[in-house]
Amino acid sequence: MEAQRVRVTLPHHLQKLARVAPEVEIEVAAPVSVATVLDALEASYPVLKGTIRDHVTHNRRPFLRFFAAGEDISLEPPGHALPDSIAAGREPLMVVGAIAGG
Amino acid sequence: MSRVRVLVGTKKGAFVCESDGQRKNWKIEGPHFGGWEIYHMKGSPVDPNRIYASQSNAWFGQIIQRSDDGGKSWNPPGSKPEELVNEMGWPQGESNKFVYEGIAGTHRWYDGTPHPWEFKRVWHLEPSLSDPNTVLAGVEDAALFQSKDGGKTWAELPGLRTHTTGGDWQPGAGGMCLHTILVDPKNQKRIWVAISAAGCFRSDDGGITWKPTNKGLVSNFMPSPEAEVGHCVHRIAFHPSKPDTLFMQKHWDVMRSDDAGDTWHEVSGNLPSDFGFPIEVNSNEPETVYVVPILSDAEHYVPEGKLRVYRSKTGGNEWEPLTNGLPQANCYVNVLRDASAVDTLDDCGIYFGTTGGQVYVSPDGGDHWTAINEHFPSVLSVEVQTFK
Repeated sequence: MEAQRVRVTLPHHLQKLARVAPEVEIEVAAPVSVATVLDALEASYPVLKGTIRDHVTHNRRPFLRFFAAGEDISLEPPGHALPDSIAAGREPLMVVGAIAGG
Repeated sequence: MSRVRVLVGTKKGAFVCESDGQRKNWKIEGPHFGGWEIYHMKGSPVDPNRIYASQSNAWFGQIIQRSDDGGKSWNPPGSKPEELVNEMGWPQGESNKFVYEGIAGTHRWYDGTPHPWEFKRVWHLEPSLSDPNTVLAGVEDAALFQSKDGGKTWAELPGLRTHTTGGDWQPGAGGMCLHTILVDPKNQKRIWVAISAAGCFRSDDGGITWKPTNKGLVSNFMPSPEAEVGHCVHRIAFHPSKPDTLFMQKHWDVMRSDDAGDTWHEVSGNLPSDFGFPIEVNSNEPETVYVVPILSDAEHYVPEGKLRVYRSKTGGNEWEPLTNGLPQANCYVNVLRDASAVDTLDDCGIYFGTTGGQVYVSPDGGDHWTAINEHFPSVLSVEVQTFK
């Protein structure tokens, strides 16, 4: 299948770590899901490996959430297809840090 | 001309402070890694412009950063300089992978039940005395890792965590952290580590096998106060010329060993409190030791609102307060276990940072103190590099 351009917004700490703007655009092989987006994101920015999901288990880090098309999709299986608006690049997949701590 | 470089890790970033040998006027650069906790930074003794940093937080986990220009610029390590960043300026390195060897197993949780070993962060980095690409990392949950490629990849030295007593180790209030690593400069295969709350361990074969070295420690919070492991050792230190003599700041008690940790005896003497975190040895006087007493395990601040470093010139037992230049009223800070250091100039400089964000220096062995800066974020670690 054809690769698609997907937009991802990153929390401040990860923007600084990867030295990128608040939003990045990456090429993702279909089907577009959280798992394939993160695969592509980590391939483009290796420094982000381990910062959003565990190196080995690929479980989402507990203080991070994923939002797509206005919905919190953090608890959905990472292989689920993302909404068309995300896959078509009309809206970004949002990686959001929990509002907690100091 | 002699000079020093002080590496300050804080809860919200890292700072690099430089001065000439007078240690009066300071140039401060930072924050590096703003918003991240910097548990530790330490330079290679072989290549002092190579500095390793542990960058972490609860949201995004652990990153190892490395500078090859004395702290001016930082990158997650790559094997070659040209691999550090790509043509867009993005970091290429991936240096945050710490995975326990084999099946991690369990240790004892706060309530005594078995709890899986879970990697959380790197507390302490100890660059090799002979190879700038080799560095040890002490981590939480307690284990020892090693990199031989400048911090790019890490492998556990599993003999420590898999010691037969490992299942009985238990976290202290700050987590189950391996926070201190000492390497014998005369025999680099001899290594000591300290873990809260497991105790002190020694390897005589470069980290392959380990034995607990806690005989003489008494911890009254434990069901068996003199057990082989389970002691909350806060810090150990030695003078490089006398590595058989070790000093320890324990949860309570200041201790001393003269047989490389095989046995310990208490040297708290006349301290106002023998609870504290850091302990240091004067670089020119192997029997001169420094501690910063804290009121108690429940009250992590200095007694009587007075920030006092205590010095013993007799290897313990007889202690004198050092106060000149330090706040002596309404002060309620703490000094964490990795937040002190000594330089190696002829008049030994002593450094420490507080949870209130002050970093102090004494350029004369503790007699007089001045602040390098009084308004850093809460200080987690302080190291110093000496250039003669």
